[in-house]
Amino acid sequence: MKIHNTTGGRIFDAANYVFLVLIGVLTLLPFIYVFAGSFATEAEITRRAFFVWPEQFSLGSYEYIFSTPAFIRALVTTVLVTAVGTVVQLILTVTMAYPLAKRNLRGRQLILSLVVFAMVFSGGMIPTFLLIKDLGLLNSYWALILPAAINPFSLIIIKNFFQELPAELEESAKMDGATEIGILWRILLPLSKPVLATFALFYAVGIWNDFMSPLLYLSDNSKWTLQMYLRQVTASSDLLGTGNVDPNYIPPEQGIKFAVIVVATLPILIFYPFLQKHFAKGILIGSVKG
Amino acid sequence: MTTSTVDVQAPEQAPPPAPAPGRRRRFAVHFAHYKWLYLLLLPGVIYFAVFRYAPMYGVSIAFKDYVPFLGVNASPWVGFQHFQDFFSNPDFGRLLGNTLILAFLNLGIAFPLTIVLALLLNEVRLSILKRTVQTLVYIPHFLSWTIVASLSFLLFALDFGPLFLFINSVLGTDIDFLSDPAWFRPLIVLQEIWKNTGWGTIIFLAALATVDQDQYEAAIIDGAGRFRRVWHITLPGIRSTIIVMLILAIGQMLNTGFEQIYLMTNALNRSVADVFDTYVYFVGITQGAYSYSTAVGLFKSLVGIVLIFGTNWLAKRFNQSGLF
Repeated sequence: MKIHNTTGGRIFDAANYVFLVLIGVLTLLPFIYVFAGSFATEAEITRRAFFVWPEQFSLGSYEYIFSTPAFIRALVTTVLVTAVGTVVQLILTVTMAYPLAKRNLRGRQLILSLVVFAMVFSGGMIPTFLLIKDLGLLNSYWALILPAAINPFSLIIIKNFFQELPAELEESAKMDGATEIGILWRILLPLSKPVLATFALFYAVGIWNDFMSPLLYLSDNSKWTLQMYLRQVTASSDLLGTGNVDPNYIPPEQGIKFAVIVVATLPILIFYPFLQKHFAKGILIGSVKG
Repeated sequence: MTTSTVDVQAPEQAPPPAPAPGRRRRFAVHFAHYKWLYLLLLPGVIYFAVFRYAPMYGVSIAFKDYVPFLGVNASPWVGFQHFQDFFSNPDFGRLLGNTLILAFLNLGIAFPLTIVLALLLNEVRLSILKRTVQTLVYIPHFLSWTIVASLSFLLFALDFGPLFLFINSVLGTDIDFLSDPAWFRPLIVLQEIWKNTGWGTIIFLAALATVDQDQYEAAIIDGAGRFRRVWHITLPGIRSTIIVMLILAIGQMLNTGFEQIYLMTNALNRSVADVFDTYVYFVGITQGAYSYSTAVGLFKSLVGIVLIFGTNWLAKRFNQSGLF
C-alpha cells in the first residue's frame, strides 16, 4: 500500500522513531551501568554518579568474587541444578506427552482433564512446602527440580505437536517392526528437535532464575543458588531484617555487587538470541490464545 | 473420543452371569497391546499425583489444626475457624488494600502502556528500527526478579545510586526510595513496566498484524488522519485481544508476584508492602502457622477463580468474545 505522507505524518514518524529509540536505550541503560561499574574501581563507583565507561579499568571485583568459595559454590550449584533440571523436565514432559497424543489410548481423556484442572487450581505454597518436608526433600537440590518438573501448559503444547505429525510416519515404522519407544526415539524426537530446543531454553531460564524454591526449601546457606547469593550480596536494606541473611555476614564493597549481577545476568543474555529466534516464530505465543 | 466409542461397543445389556469379564478382558487386551505407552505415561502420572494432587489434598489443613507429627489426616478438624480468624484480623483489611492498590496500579498504568507501545511499534515502517527496539525491550522479561531487585538497589542506593541522586536533585529532596513507604508502590510499578511492558507487546503486535489493510486505504481516501485511523480501525481491530488480556490480568489480580514483593520488602515498608502472597510466606513458613496460612492462600485462589470466571461472564454479557 502506498502511503501519501503529510507533513504532520512525517513529524509524527520522526518523533515516534526518536521516542522508541529512547525507550530501547533506557531499557538497556541499567545493564550498561552495571557492566561498566563491574570493571571500575571501588573509588570510581562511589565518586561518579553515573557512567557507561570506567575511567580506570579494574578486574578487582571479579578477582574478589572468583576467589570467594561461597560464590563459586553457588555458581557451580546453579549450573548443575539448571542442567539436570532441564533434562528431567524434558524427559518427563516428552514421555508423558507421547502416550497422551495417541487418540485411542484408554484413560487419556481422564488424565488430560486432570492435567487441565491442575492448571487452574493448585495446592499453594504451604501444602506444597509440607509435602516437600514430608518427602524429606528439604535442603535437597531435588526440591528445586521435582515440584515443577512438568509444566501442564508445555505438556499440552508438546502433546498437540506430536498429534499433528503425520500418522503415516508411525505406521510405516510399525510395519518395519519398531516398538512404540523406538518410534518415539528414532522418528518423533528427531522431528521435534526445534520445538524441544525451545522448551529446553525456556526451562533452563526458569530454573536459573528461580528464587522462590531455594528460598522455601534450602535453609542451609552452604547449598544456596546464585539467585540466593545475589540477594544476600545486594540486599543492603535487608539488613533491617526480613530474615534469611546470615547474621555473621559482612556487607561487601559496591563493586562486588556489580560483578555478581553481571555473572547472574550474562548466561541469559548469551542465550537470549536463541530464545528470541524461537519465540519470534510464535511457537509459544500462539498457544496463549489457542 | 475413541474412549466413548469403545464404551458403546461394550454395552450394559451383556448377559448377567459374566458382565464384567468381557469388558475387563477387552481392557486387558487393550492394556497388553499398549503396555509400553502406559509405561511411558507412568512417571508423568506419578508426578501429577504426588506434586500436584497431593498438595491439593493437603489444602484440607485449612479446615484443621495441623500438628506436624500427626500429619494431614490425623490432625483435628476445626471447620472455618482459620477463615474467621483471618477475616476478623486487622491484617486482612491491610492485605486486601495493599494487594488491590498494586493490582489496580498495574492494571491502570502498565497494561495501557503495553498497548500504547505496541501501537507505536506498529506505526514504524522502518523494519530494522522496529526489530532492534523489539529486541531491546524484550530482554528484561527473561531476567529474574532477583536481578531486577538488585538493579533497583544499586540505582536507588542511598547517597550514591544514579537515580537516587538524579530524582532527589530534581525534586530538591533527600528521599531514601528503598525504605520510604510512600515510594514502595511507584517502585514496584516501575519495575513491572521495565520488566514486562516490552514482552507484553508481542501478543498485541500479533493481533495488529491481522487488522485488515484495505480498511486503512478506504479511511485514507475518506481523509482520515493518523490518529483517527488508529482510533476507528486499529483499536476496534484488536478489541477482542485487549479483552482477553484484560480478563487474564483481572484473574491474576491477587497474584501480586511473590518474588518481586518479597525482594522489595523491608522492615520499614512492611505496612504498604505486605500482600497475600508474602503474608502466607511470613506467617506460614517463618512463623509456622501452617493451617492459618493455608486458609489465607485458599481464600486468595478461590477469589482468583471467581474473578476470572466473573470477568469472562461479564465480557460475554456485553457481547464480546470471552476467554472460554
